[in-house]
Amino acid sequence: MSSTLVLAALLLMMLASFAVGRQRALATADGHARTLHSRPPYYGTYVAMWAAVPALLLLALWVIAQPTVIDMVVRNSLPDDVRTLSSDKLSLVLTTIDNLANGRAVVGEPPAYAKEAAARLLSLRATSSWAMTVLVIGLAAVGFFFAWRKVNPALRARNDVERAAVWLLIACSAIAILTTVGIVFSMLFETLHFFSMVPPQDFFFGTVWDPRFTAVGRDGSAGQFGLIPLLWGTIFISLISMLVAVPIGLLSAIYLSEYAHKNVRAWVKPLLEILAGIPTVVYGFFALTTLGPLFRDLGASVGLDISATSALTAGVVMGVMIIPFVSSLSDDIINAVPQSLRDGSYALGATQSETIKRVVFPAALPGIVGSVLLAVSRAIGETMIVVMAAGIAAKMTLNPFDSVTTVTVKIVSQLTGDLEFNSPQTLVAFALGLTLFVVTLGLNIYALHIVRKYREQYD
Amino acid sequence: MTDSALPMTVADSATSAPRKLVLDKKRVRSRYAAERRFRAYGIAAIAFGLFFLAWLFVTLILQGYGALQQSKMRLDVTLDAATVAPGGQVDDNALRTADYTALLRTALRTTLGVGSDRGERRDAYALLSNGADTELRNRVLADPSLIGKTVSVWVSAAADVDTLIKGQISRDLPENQRRLNDRQIAWTDKLVADGRLEKRFNTALFVNGASSDPEQAGMGVAIIGSLYMMLVVLLTALPVGVAAAVYLEEFAPRNRWTDLIEVNINNLAAVPSIVFGLLGLAIFLNFFGMPRSAPVVGGLVLALMTLPVVIIATRASIKAVPPSIREAALGVGASKMQVITHHVVPLALPGILTGTIIGMARALGETAPLLLIGMVAFVVATPATPFDPATALPVQIYMWAGASERAFVERTSAAILILLVFLIVMNAAAVVLRRRFERRW
Repeated sequence: MSSTLVLAALLLMMLASFAVGRQRALATADGHARTLHSRPPYYGTYVAMWAAVPALLLLALWVIAQPTVIDMVVRNSLPDDVRTLSSDKLSLVLTTIDNLANGRAVVGEPPAYAKEAAARLLSLRATSSWAMTVLVIGLAAVGFFFAWRKVNPALRARNDVERAAVWLLIACSAIAILTTVGIVFSMLFETLHFFSMVPPQDFFFGTVWDPRFTAVGRDGSAGQFGLIPLLWGTIFISLISMLVAVPIGLLSAIYLSEYAHKNVRAWVKPLLEILAGIPTVVYGFFALTTLGPLFRDLGASVGLDISATSALTAGVVMGVMIIPFVSSLSDDIINAVPQSLRDGSYALGATQSETIKRVVFPAALPGIVGSVLLAVSRAIGETMIVVMAAGIAAKMTLNPFDSVTTVTVKIVSQLTGDLEFNSPQTLVAFALGLTLFVVTLGLNIYALHIVRKYREQYD
Repeated sequence: MTDSALPMTVADSATSAPRKLVLDKKRVRSRYAAERRFRAYGIAAIAFGLFFLAWLFVTLILQGYGALQQSKMRLDVTLDAATVAPGGQVDDNALRTADYTALLRTALRTTLGVGSDRGERRDAYALLSNGADTELRNRVLADPSLIGKTVSVWVSAAADVDTLIKGQISRDLPENQRRLNDRQIAWTDKLVADGRLEKRFNTALFVNGASSDPEQAGMGVAIIGSLYMMLVVLLTALPVGVAAAVYLEEFAPRNRWTDLIEVNINNLAAVPSIVFGLLGLAIFLNFFGMPRSAPVVGGLVLALMTLPVVIIATRASIKAVPPSIREAALGVGASKMQVITHHVVPLALPGILTGTIIGMARALGETAPLLLIGMVAFVVATPATPFDPATALPVQIYMWAGASERAFVERTSAAILILLVFLIVMNAAAVVLRRRFERRW
């Protein structure tokens, strides 16, 4: 039986155990629900829980472990001369076996040992499937009888069920941790794999990005994976976007919180925030088809050579996207500056703009720096705009009209298309991803720290 | 702006000559000017933001609305039984494999009065879409009684004809630089004059899958793929997120472990989306061996991204439920879990759903992680289950944006408009939900 069918059977058993448990509770109490410790459905849930939860755990474990275990057994049963083949050839053999077992077409006549292994694979799979069915359903039945026997009016079914529910809640909140752990470990693992082929210093301090494609650079020249040009492109584009987003975001936040009429604010603030809600692929398209050509034509009319995909285009569009981040975070922070500071400044005869520049802004500065840092981390991790509008040439240039490339662009370009997982060409994407993760994480933690520290001063 | 605008400090006035207390009109004027300038900067900043927003939308609408219509050609096709159902066999298989292109071409030749000159014929055939035979086939499959009759059908014209009719390519270019030659343009004009060529509503855009012919390419697969993914996000991120938030808000003791979870959730919300794509690639595809390009994997990756949003929104709205409600329920003998499931969560539900919808809207527009798990695929067939290959709306936009034909620019803008309509509807639903049901205590 397939695991899906077993799962369906388990769910049916769960429903049945719920009904049986509920009935049994009522029966043991001679139909008087008030003599029961808990309400009847709790007894039903109690029995269903015992029937389903251990069996489900076993099923999950089995489904996860089965391919690995079977793979190992098959691998060990291969003849010695095959097992000692290089890992590339071995994986080719394993693929052949897998294809044979699944009845797919195989190139050429497969060797005898492969046929044998395929047959073993099939029989192992069948055995495993039967064993799983029997064990899982058996465990469910055992759990059911265990709980069924315990049902009586004195059983504190509700307490047990609720305790189990709390464990479920804890498990759910642990998923957040697991995600982070998963991110770190999956990338760390592949990154270490990458560093076993390319030395870390060549990656972190290399100034040339030239990952030859696998087919060409197979032997000898493996390509160069210098991070510096990509990092420079990322920083350069982020810088341009900040040059757009910070002044505009800050000035609009100041205007909205200090000058604007309530009605104007109620309309303009959500409208500006739409800018943050537009998918980034839309900005990318806009940069590619409208802004890029516009800049190119403008540049041509004044004699500047602006390429259609340039750091300028990507940076400006990204800056526009980030305006609402800067403005709404700064808005909150400016609003948190106590009114008494403003009143004191007005009392000394300062105009409103003088008060803002000399009193409100300095008081809000740490928080504003924090929000800018959050925006920077957002800009560094942004992908689609740069993929579509920044170009793919890894260059270290100071010319904003030239096309540059970023870390995120290279992650995408190394991982789309045909993949071969053991080459540095694809694994480098994980090293890039880990770098990106660490940098943005550091920025975020630092920024949140600043924002929080600042808030405490006035609360 | 300048320091002169500032009143002098006490120390300054003590060392310099005593100042008159009479208002210096010039200085006051310059200070007021600085005030006005500063306000103008603020207005200019807001105006820039709003202008960009308007520019974006106007550009997209102007570029995209044309794709809602597609040039169709009316041809009188003789469905002669010998071609459609050779040997009188009217079974499904024969109807599927019949040579509809030949029928259409014959009809087109008679309509245009084309002779046997091969060049002339080739030019005439180029006016028809490559997918026109499928359109005719579907018509016949739906109603086999048409066989043997002459029917008048509307089939798609080629993309070049479409762009010509929509005025997107110039007629004034020299002939060798145009996609259509003079003869073809003359035919097109004749067909238009005869009422045989006109723009009709473009259903293909909403139902078809990928195609390299712009006139046949549609968002159908992408829309369904995105719907599947949103379903997966809803079914996983919502329950897990609510459970996690309930634990953190109602049960968790204040200790290192819960602090760690909190910091974690806040940071996860700010992790670049592409990192989630790498996670999905390494864990779901490589480790668990899940299928590439499947909406279920995309949905799981997006669910992990949405989870922090749901948790943060749920915690905020659980916090907003006043303690008196909990105390009242505890007072009449409810257990803690009953207080939560019967009172706290139902009362917090509008806030939870608002947060979830906003998180899902963000996930719907997300492209980068999907690129890494193979959703960039040329998928023609509509996926029947979430495990079949599909694309997603934003990925389709990305793929069309990279296509070179002029007709795809229009379609990309239309696809963006469709995506934006979905997003606007979701956000509007969130706003309505908040306005209608959220209680303030």
